[in-house]
Amino acid sequence: MTTIDIDHASRWFSNVVAVNDITMTVGPGVTGLLGPNGAGKSTLINMMGGFLAPSTGSVTLDGRPIWRNEQIYRKIGIVPEREAMYDFLTGREFVVANAELHGLDARAAQRALATVEMEYAQDRKISTYSKGMRQRVKMASALVHEPSVLLLDEPFNGMDPRQRMQLMDLLRRMGDEGRTVLFSSHILEEVEQLASHIEVIVAGRHAASGDFRKIRRLMTDRPHRYLVRSSDDRALAAALIADPSTAGIEVDVTEGALRIQAVDFGRFTALLPRVARDNGIRLLTVSPSDESLESVFSYLVAA
Amino acid sequence: MYDPTVARLTYRALLGRRRALILFALPALLIVIAGAVRVLTGADDQVASDVLGGFALATMVPIIGVIAGTGAIGPEIDDGSVVYLLAKPVKRPTIIFTKLIVAIAVTMVFSAIPTFVAGLILNGNGQQIAVAYTVAALVASIAYAALFLLLGTVTRHAVVFGLVYALVWEALFGSLVAGARTLSVQQWSLAVAQKVAGGDLVTSDVGLPLATVLLAGVTVAATWYAGQKLRTLTLAGEE
Repeated sequence: MTTIDIDHASRWFSNVVAVNDITMTVGPGVTGLLGPNGAGKSTLINMMGGFLAPSTGSVTLDGRPIWRNEQIYRKIGIVPEREAMYDFLTGREFVVANAELHGLDARAAQRALATVEMEYAQDRKISTYSKGMRQRVKMASALVHEPSVLLLDEPFNGMDPRQRMQLMDLLRRMGDEGRTVLFSSHILEEVEQLASHIEVIVAGRHAASGDFRKIRRLMTDRPHRYLVRSSDDRALAAALIADPSTAGIEVDVTEGALRIQAVDFGRFTALLPRVARDNGIRLLTVSPSDESLESVFSYLVAA
Repeated sequence: MYDPTVARLTYRALLGRRRALILFALPALLIVIAGAVRVLTGADDQVASDVLGGFALATMVPIIGVIAGTGAIGPEIDDGSVVYLLAKPVKRPTIIFTKLIVAIAVTMVFSAIPTFVAGLILNGNGQQIAVAYTVAALVASIAYAALFLLLGTVTRHAVVFGLVYALVWEALFGSLVAGARTLSVQQWSLAVAQKVAGGDLVTSDVGLPLATVLLAGVTVAATWYAGQKLRTLTLAGEE
């Protein structure tokens, strides 16, 4: 049972705040760190991995500070996002070197290579590997000492669907074994499939926390904005506003369109075509106007 | 204090990179120059001393030192692969000390051996000149490797700074400003060479006791500080 505690941690780089007063506890099982690019996920993971000191607050592993404490790596395995490895080595040489640095021998390396199913290419130079193969060798290097904590920064980037599934299975298995597994991603579906617990980070702040059902609900329950053009905008607006699923409708005269704010996503999407048909109105355009990931996330921050 | 795995990774990285070509090219150039000088002027102790002092010790040794010293850690920090060393329960000073040993060894092999060979070609080690400059190269290798390893740890522009120090400070300022020569690895190592050669062909502006103290002091201080810097090395990530 190993737990990482982040207590009111902030990190800034000169006058840019990358992580802003985050408090969270990462325990056994698989935790997904979700947030758009640039949200501060890597900064947070670097603090958990001991490569960055928190500017204020603390980051500890079972009560011991992680920064400037190299003994912590007996318990932590790290899979960095960056591609750079020792490309001039073969996969096997690389993993063996990682095992030796932990005071282990080639058997540990061989076990880790088997775990990630990279034995077939272990004697090729890393420089010849595909992105997915690199990812798996990185994974093997982090697993040689069977750490109780595994930190992965965007591990699924550049993987094909099959490799993605394999890695998900592996991480799920490690979570089930009681290890603390934390991975970051900017893709909700990835996190949803794998993580039993989700932490959402937006613009350096801790936006939400919970299981995927809760996060999913927060995301679908947010107000949705639509841009609608029809054969009779005012009649449509009048009919829609009568229903509680819409919170506001603006008739945008210059655009020749309606800007609709819906509060009940499910109900509104069923309502709109029915109302149009009943009133003999033709819908010309229906487009969601704030579906970008950033806007979805920033809604969570406000919530 | 010494980790064989770190050593293996370091020397393979050093010799596997394109930069390593300079490690072979410069000594080859020295040997060619020595051969040409010998053919053109015959064996002459003064000329031998000029070539070894002017090219081997003043130019080749520091450049080899820059490449080996900064190359032992700089590229790893630049591309982020140093993570794999740092995410291990290995003491940071051990990593630095091991890399220093490798950098010293590489600098010695690629500077002292060619210096000795060039000396033999130039005047057959007359008046101990070949041996004296070889000893100077060996001594300078230690201090250069330590200095440039530190530079590689603290800045991404280590090669540039290293070359500026080696070529501008030691060569240019050293020849213009007398005081600058006191703070010059080259002069310190020449002090040791002067002792070995005995005659007045090899001279230094710095006395042997001071030179010894400065060589040891710079090496120890640079190594210690690099170890401290590595303990607090931060990786900003790609965001």
